Amino acid sequence: MAEFWTGYLLPLILILAKILLFVVPLLVAVAYVTYAERRIIGAMQMRIGPNVVGWFGLLQPFADAVKLLTKETVLPTGSSPVVFFLAPMVTFSLAMIAWAVIPVNEGWYIANINVGILYLFAVSSLGVYGIVMAGWASNSRYAFLGAMRSAAQMVSYEVSIGFVMISVLLTAGTLNLSEIVMAQKGLWFFIPHFPMFVIFFVSVLAETNRHPFDLPEAESELVAGFMTEYSSMAFALFFLGEYANMIMMSGVVTILFLGGWLAPFDIAILNAVPGIVWFALKISFCLFLMIWVRATFPRYRYDQLMRLGWKVFLPLSLIWLVATAGFLVYTGRVPV
Amino acid sequence: MSNTATTNKADVEIENYTINFGPQHPAAHGVLRLVLEMDGEVIDRVDPHIGLLHRGTEKLIEYKSYLQAVPYFDRLDYVSPMNQEQAFAIAVERLLGIEPPPRAKYIRMLFCELTRILNHIMNIASYAMDVGAMTPFLWTFEEREKLMEFYDAVCGARMHAAYVRPGGVSLDLPAGLTDRMMAWANKFPKVIDDMEGLLTENRIFKQRVVDIGRVTADEAIAWGFTGPNLRASGVAWDLRKSQPYDGYEDMEFDIAIGKNGDCYDRYLVRVEEMRQSIRIIKQCLEKMPTGPVRVNDRKIMSPPRAEMKSSMEALIHHFKLYTEGYKVPAGEVYAAVEAPKGEFGVYIVSDGTNRPYRCRIRAPGFVHLQGMDFMLRGHMLPDVPAVLGSIDIVFGEVDR
Repeated sequence: MAEFWTGYLLPLILILAKILLFVVPLLVAVAYVTYAERRIIGAMQMRIGPNVVGWFGLLQPFADAVKLLTKETVLPTGSSPVVFFLAPMVTFSLAMIAWAVIPVNEGWYIANINVGILYLFAVSSLGVYGIVMAGWASNSRYAFLGAMRSAAQMVSYEVSIGFVMISVLLTAGTLNLSEIVMAQKGLWFFIPHFPMFVIFFVSVLAETNRHPFDLPEAESELVAGFMTEYSSMAFALFFLGEYANMIMMSGVVTILFLGGWLAPFDIAILNAVPGIVWFALKISFCLFLMIWVRATFPRYRYDQLMRLGWKVFLPLSLIWLVATAGFLVYTGRVPV
Repeated sequence: MSNTATTNKADVEIENYTINFGPQHPAAHGVLRLVLEMDGEVIDRVDPHIGLLHRGTEKLIEYKSYLQAVPYFDRLDYVSPMNQEQAFAIAVERLLGIEPPPRAKYIRMLFCELTRILNHIMNIASYAMDVGAMTPFLWTFEEREKLMEFYDAVCGARMHAAYVRPGGVSLDLPAGLTDRMMAWANKFPKVIDDMEGLLTENRIFKQRVVDIGRVTADEAIAWGFTGPNLRASGVAWDLRKSQPYDGYEDMEFDIAIGKNGDCYDRYLVRVEEMRQSIRIIKQCLEKMPTGPVRVNDRKIMSPPRAEMKSSMEALIHHFKLYTEGYKVPAGEVYAAVEAPKGEFGVYIVSDGTNRPYRCRIRAPGFVHLQGMDFMLRGHMLPDVPAVLGSIDIVFGEVDR
C-alpha cells in the first residue's frame, strides 16, 4: 500500500496539482486578455471599451462567459455532429497541452522534456486540425472556405517557423526549453537574431489567426469563417482556445528570443524580482504588440499571405540559418 | 447558408459552386445579395440581387404633395440626405420658375458639402473596415458625430433633415453656427491626415486595393458611372463644374481625378474630394450673404410664424400649404446634382396639380452596382468587399 502511495498516487496528485496551478491562472489570463484587448483597442480607437460590469469592467469576461454558456447550442442541418463538437475541443485542448513543456521560471514546468521545442512545434501545428474539422463538419461554404484557407495558410508559414527555430537551436545548442532560456544569459537572442525575431513574430500572428492574417475567420468575406455555425459553449471553446494560443505563442516568443524568465540586465535589483514576473511581463508585451497590430493593419488576402510565406520568409530564414551555422562553425562557437 | 439540401448531390459533380454573399452578411452593405459563382476562391460571375429594400418611393411620391415628398429623399441614400433633397428642390424650382434667395443657395451648398464629407468618411471608413482595418471607422465616426450635430442644429434631426425645400431651406442658420463650423473646418484636415496615415501608404492596404476592380475611362462611361467612380478612371466630369447649380459657379475648387480606375484610386479621389469640400465650406462661410432663406412667395413657402398670429391671410396660406400644397405648372424637368456618390437626378412630370404625375429618381448606386460583375471577374473572394466598398453602395437609393 505504501509503495502504491509513494509510487503512483503521490506523483499523480503532484502532477494534477501542477496542472491545476498552470491551467487556472492560464484560464484567468485568457479571460483578461480578451478584456485587455477590448480596452486597449478601445483606447486606440478613442472609445471606452467595457467599463460597466464590475470595477472598470473587470468582470466583463465572466459576464460574457455566462452569456455564452446560457445560449442555445445550434447544430446546423447536414452537419456531422461528432466532428462538429470535437473540433472546438481539439482546438481548446491543444492550446492547453502545449503549456506542459513551457518553463515559466527556473524549474517551474510540468514536464522538462529534452525535445521540448519539437513538442511545441508539433502541438502548435496540430492546431489547424480543429479549424479544418470545424470547417468540414459545419456543412457551410463560409466555414469550408475558412478551413481551406487555414490549411493553405499553415503550409506557407510553418516551414519558415521551423527554420527560425533551428537558427535559435543552433545558437543555444539544445532542444530543451529551459536550457534555451539559460543560454540567453547575457544576450537575449532577439538581438543577434533580430530579423528572425521579426519573422517569427509575424508567423506567430499567422499561426494564431490574428490580424492581419485572420483569414480563416475574416468577417468581411467569410462572415466568421470556420466559426460561422458555432454558438454557445462550442464557440466559447474556440474563442478561449484562440486566446490561449496567443498566450502560448507569446510564451514561445519569450522563451526563444526574449530570454524567458531572465531579468533584462544582470543587476541585483532586477534579479531579485521573481522570474515569473519577468516572464509574465514579456508575454504581456508580446500580447500588446499583437493587439496593437490588430488595431492598425488591414487584412491580407490569403494568396498574399502565401506569397509572403514562400517568397519572403522562407528564403530569408533559410539564408539566415545557413549564415548562423556558418558563423558558428567559422568562429568555433558551436555549442557542444 | 444556401442550398443545404443539395449537399448530398454535391459530392458527385465537381462544378463551380455558388455562394450567397448576403443579404445577411457583415460586409454586404445593407441588404445586398450577391450570388457569386466561384471556382475555388476565384470569382467567375457576380450576380447582384436587388430589391430587398424596395419601398416604392417613386410611386409613393405620386400620392404626396411636393412638400411631403421631400422627406422621401432623405431616406434614399441615407448617408447623404441633403444632396438628394437639393436635387428634388432644384427640379421643383425649375418647374415653378422660381429661384431661391442667395443666402439659401449658400446654405444649401454649405450643407451639401458637409454631407459630401459625411458620406465620404462613412464610405472610406467602412471600406477600410471591409479590407480589415477597423480603426479608421471609429476615428472618423467621431467626426460624423460632429457633422450630425450641425445637421441637428439647423433642422433638429441628425440624419433625415427635410431641410432643403423647394424655394430655399426651411430655417435660417442658428446664431453662432457658422463660427462653430469654421472651427470644425479648420480642424478636420488633421483628421483626414490621421486617417490617411493608417491607410494611404499602408503596404497591406495597397496590396489589397491597388489594381483591384479596374475600370477604364471608356468602360466607366459605357456603364454610366458618375461621381468619384467615374473620376477615379480619369474622366474630369463633375456636375458642380460642368453645369453649376445653386452657387457652385462662384466657388473655387478642383476636381479630383484618378488615373487607373482601381479601388485605390477611388479611395484617393474621395479623400481629395473631402479636402476640396473643406475649401468650398470655408468659402461658403466667408462669403455667406445675408437676407432671407426662402422665396418671398406666400403661394409656395409658408409665411413666418409671427405673421400668422396677426394676419388672417397668412393663416390661410399656411393652412393651404400644409394640407393641399402648392400647384406646380404642367411640364417636365430633369434636375441632376453631383451627389457624393455620383449624379443624382430627379425627373418630374407635372400635370399641373399639387402632386407630381411621375417622379423618376436616377440613383448613382444602382448604376454602379451593375459594374460589380465585370469589375470582379477573375478576382478573389476577399476582393468582393474591397470593390463593393470602393464603389460606395447604399441600398436605400439602389432599391428606392
